[in-house]
Amino acid sequence: MTQSFRLESGGLINRDKKISFKFNGKNYFGYEGDTLASALIANGVHLIGRSFKYHRPRGFFGAGVDEPYAIVQLYRNGETEPNIKATEQELFEGLEAKSVNCWPSVNFDVGAINNFLKIFLPAGFYYKTFMWPKSFWYKIYEPFIRKAAGLGTASIKHDKERYEHKYEYCDLLITGSGPSGLASAYSSAKNGAKVILAEDKSRFGGTLLTSDVNIGNQSGKEWADSIISELKEMPNVTVKNRSQVFGYYDHNMLVMSERISDHLPKTKKYHPKQRLWYIRAKEVLISSGSIERPIVFGNNDTPGVMLSSAAKEYMKVYGVLVGKKPLVFTNNDSGYETAIEFKKNGVDPIILDTRKEPQSEIIEDAKNMNINIKNSYVVVAAQGYKKVKSADIAKISDDKEELGSVQNIKCDCICVSGFWTPTIHLASQSGNKTKFNEEIDAFVPGVSKQNEKTLGAANGIYTLEETLKDSFEKGNQISKEITNNDNKVSFPNVVEKKSTVHDKFWCVPLPKGKNYKRFLDFQNDVAVSDIEIALKEGYRSIEHVKRYTTLGMATDQGKTSNLNGLQLVSKIENKVVPAVGHTTFRPPYSPVSIGAIVGREVGKHSKPTRKSPMHSWHEKNNAVFVDAGVWLRPRYYKRGDENLFEASKREAKNVRTNVGVCDVTTLGKIDIKGPDAAELLNRVYTNAWLKLPVGKARYGVMLREDGIVMDDGTTTRISENHYHMTTTTAQAANVLSHLEYYLQLVWPELNVNVVSTTEQWAGAAIAGPKSREVLKKLFPNSDVTNEGLPFMGYMEADLFGVKAKIFRISFSGELAYEVNVESDYGYFMWEKIIEAGEQFGIQPYGTEALSTLRIEMGHVAGSELDGRTIPYDNSLEGLLSKKKDFIGKRSLSRKAFAAEDRQKIVGVVPLDKKTSIPEGSHLVKDSNAPLPNPKLGYISASCWSVEHDNPFSLAILKDGKNMIGEKLFVMSPLKNKVIPVEIVSSHYVDPKGERVRS
Amino acid sequence: MLHIKCPHCGIRSQNEFSYGGDATIKRPELGKEISDQDWDNFVYNRKSLRGKHWELWQHLSGCRQWIKVQRDTATHEIFKTLKANEEIS
Repeated sequence: MTQSFRLESGGLINRDKKISFKFNGKNYFGYEGDTLASALIANGVHLIGRSFKYHRPRGFFGAGVDEPYAIVQLYRNGETEPNIKATEQELFEGLEAKSVNCWPSVNFDVGAINNFLKIFLPAGFYYKTFMWPKSFWYKIYEPFIRKAAGLGTASIKHDKERYEHKYEYCDLLITGSGPSGLASAYSSAKNGAKVILAEDKSRFGGTLLTSDVNIGNQSGKEWADSIISELKEMPNVTVKNRSQVFGYYDHNMLVMSERISDHLPKTKKYHPKQRLWYIRAKEVLISSGSIERPIVFGNNDTPGVMLSSAAKEYMKVYGVLVGKKPLVFTNNDSGYETAIEFKKNGVDPIILDTRKEPQSEIIEDAKNMNINIKNSYVVVAAQGYKKVKSADIAKISDDKEELGSVQNIKCDCICVSGFWTPTIHLASQSGNKTKFNEEIDAFVPGVSKQNEKTLGAANGIYTLEETLKDSFEKGNQISKEITNNDNKVSFPNVVEKKSTVHDKFWCVPLPKGKNYKRFLDFQNDVAVSDIEIALKEGYRSIEHVKRYTTLGMATDQGKTSNLNGLQLVSKIENKVVPAVGHTTFRPPYSPVSIGAIVGREVGKHSKPTRKSPMHSWHEKNNAVFVDAGVWLRPRYYKRGDENLFEASKREAKNVRTNVGVCDVTTLGKIDIKGPDAAELLNRVYTNAWLKLPVGKARYGVMLREDGIVMDDGTTTRISENHYHMTTTTAQAANVLSHLEYYLQLVWPELNVNVVSTTEQWAGAAIAGPKSREVLKKLFPNSDVTNEGLPFMGYMEADLFGVKAKIFRISFSGELAYEVNVESDYGYFMWEKIIEAGEQFGIQPYGTEALSTLRIEMGHVAGSELDGRTIPYDNSLEGLLSKKKDFIGKRSLSRKAFAAEDRQKIVGVVPLDKKTSIPEGSHLVKDSNAPLPNPKLGYISASCWSVEHDNPFSLAILKDGKNMIGEKLFVMSPLKNKVIPVEIVSSHYVDPKGERVRS
Repeated sequence: MLHIKCPHCGIRSQNEFSYGGDATIKRPELGKEISDQDWDNFVYNRKSLRGKHWELWQHLSGCRQWIKVQRDTATHEIFKTLKANEEIS
């Protein structure tokens, strides 16, 4: 297949390297250095997709980030990605792309019926039509809208590519490598400043690549190349291409996405696909240039209508003609540059200039080249469905209100130039108060809020000489203040064509009797008529108009549509544009892949994984693990074909009858030292702590200031001024911060230090009636009898040469001990415990059995201490000291907390003693009561009681104190269950607590 | 992302810190009588100011010190930071 629109020579592509690719199943080829867009245009392909709302045929409008609608589904190395701009995607060998938003094909699209129904699809159509009846929403409206409005398909496969994050600091971040970016980077780099220069495209130079200028006796491109190669050599400069700075956040932090591998057929080994840079810059120079504005006319979305700057870029950078019978429609001199370029390449363009008698150097050049120029002429409408075939043109009156007679002329493309809009997105994101510049009819940055300055065209400066001068100077000044160097750069001689003023004309009136769609926002299919309707319906604020019509929304962020939309609103409202104001520009400036945002934090790296020192033992012994916060804990140890239920029952039963061992390393541990340690505990715990003797542990409950239980655990007095506090696994970090808060801010006079020692100690709980026998074997030289180590006692002992701490505390309700050794000896300790316990039938038990044991014992845990309950609710009121004040005490006297029928923890047993009760179910009096059935309480935790061999649950129940013996119903609408139950005491096993003291 | 100057460690990124609320609220002394209204003001009632605000942050992933930060809640500008024991002036 020949590239019929490729010029014989010219462009910056590598004609020695042919690249083959596929579009909509058809094979084509282009050259190295092409974008998908330039290669398709070279092959004469202009029909790319269908529009968002009306499914109208769409082609290319721009040549880069400004492209609103040439979006494709990309296939690369077995992966697919939606919403890729064909104008940004560089060509690589084997690239495959498909049109989106069309079915069954781009040439014949069923949805295009919408185009003929367009009178029924006005502004706010979705809001108006799909609101009622309500029952239609899920089954009919939503699926229809989703199918009709889709832009590509996200892959549901795991993304095999790697994305990285990088944090960087610099003196100056410069966003864009056009003339202003290059000049400011150069002069600031010469002053020794640490500079990052970011360019969105693959080639550096911006407009210098396409404009006919001369800098220091070099062409624009040559000058750009020489500056870039010099910058690349400088150690204080980082130069990045394919890197889009898309967001400007607080305190001068900017985020940039670098596309490292997207232009390659396959990501290289050890390379990421993309890298996201978090850049903290002392100063930011915004050199993002400007984007050409369209002029609005009938059917201005027809494939073949495009920005005149894009047409020029396709010729000069890619050696591609966008058409062979071009029409250039302009209100300023830029259109002439494009026309001249056509002419130079042997194509005869026609210029339609809305101005009456403009005069300038460029216009003179065009005349001298015998280019056909029609002054005071406009394009009324493009004709042709899938590609421009001709244009209806007409003379326009001086007041721009009246059209002359309409003639039709043949053409195959219409290149539009409505003057230039500074790209102020980053400045606006930084908090800059933008201002309206009458001269260029656009907003420019105003007062900076952060350390940023905008240069060149982005600041509304449209001549090269002024841009370079200003940018050299700003770069020098700003860097001088940072580095104290002042190395002046000599200013090069600049030759450029002078242009004359543009015409503020932006929208062609409709000829009588015609009702052409005139699009403002090409990506979202917003036409002039939509804005008119929105205003007629009373929408006034530009922010409301935007949301109602979708003008300037989505990935395009109004790059080409913003100002024309504002012009229209201000015209209808009879206001000036600055009085209408512009909508907020939001990051990202251009779409960023989710992969880049997430970076390496995927799969198992999405959070840290903490493992106990005994983890490998658990693995070897068939442990099935469960996530406990960031910890991995054995849930149960599988034997044979056992399931979770069977295994946990066996393990729990074994604790009640013999002895079990559980890894409790994950418990939070805080070391507390200092003469005022007891005083601290006395203030943060609800019970009394001043008289705890050395060598004793005590259970304590901590409240928040609002009286809600924050955490519980035991704290042991190791020596006079030394305590060892344990917290729940989940609250470990919060409790430490809580203690630090009071010590540092509220009671700085207390002489206490706290530090986390969670990782320093490995812990094993040995529980069961035979646990003392195991202990005797482990510590033959220590007195572990009931007298030597009583309940809540503590001792230090020797575990075969390893220093161990033994706490006689119990979560299971059985006679139990917790042994701690330094983490490195954890595995050793564990093996010794298993070995010593063998003859007593020891079995390791996991968190499921642990829960069973504590639930039937009525011990509260995270599911009861859930941030909503006070001590009374959990039957912990016995731990509230009446004699002293403590954190949260005052709140407990609040009315609701002291209410007579306050909720309280109770036990729940199903009447049939068989049916398991789902956690989270509700307790009600009457299962047949009409909805909403009054809820009396909820099930906080459920287990199969191994002691009683029937299901047992804990519940938080209204007036629970007086409900023991009552018959209620448990209802779980989620599991569709109604279970008659009896309320019992929460202490279902050993209510007197004799076992722990035995 | 904010840049916060820890008075102990220097300028660090916000993700090393955790927010701790209004720094001008004083905890009532333990053991002293306090009216319901005053207690509610201490526990619940906050002004949610727009503008300059003294607030607490903890340098959680750094020195673990609680610090006082004067920040504009609308613009995020940070004017001053103090150690826990330094009085807000």
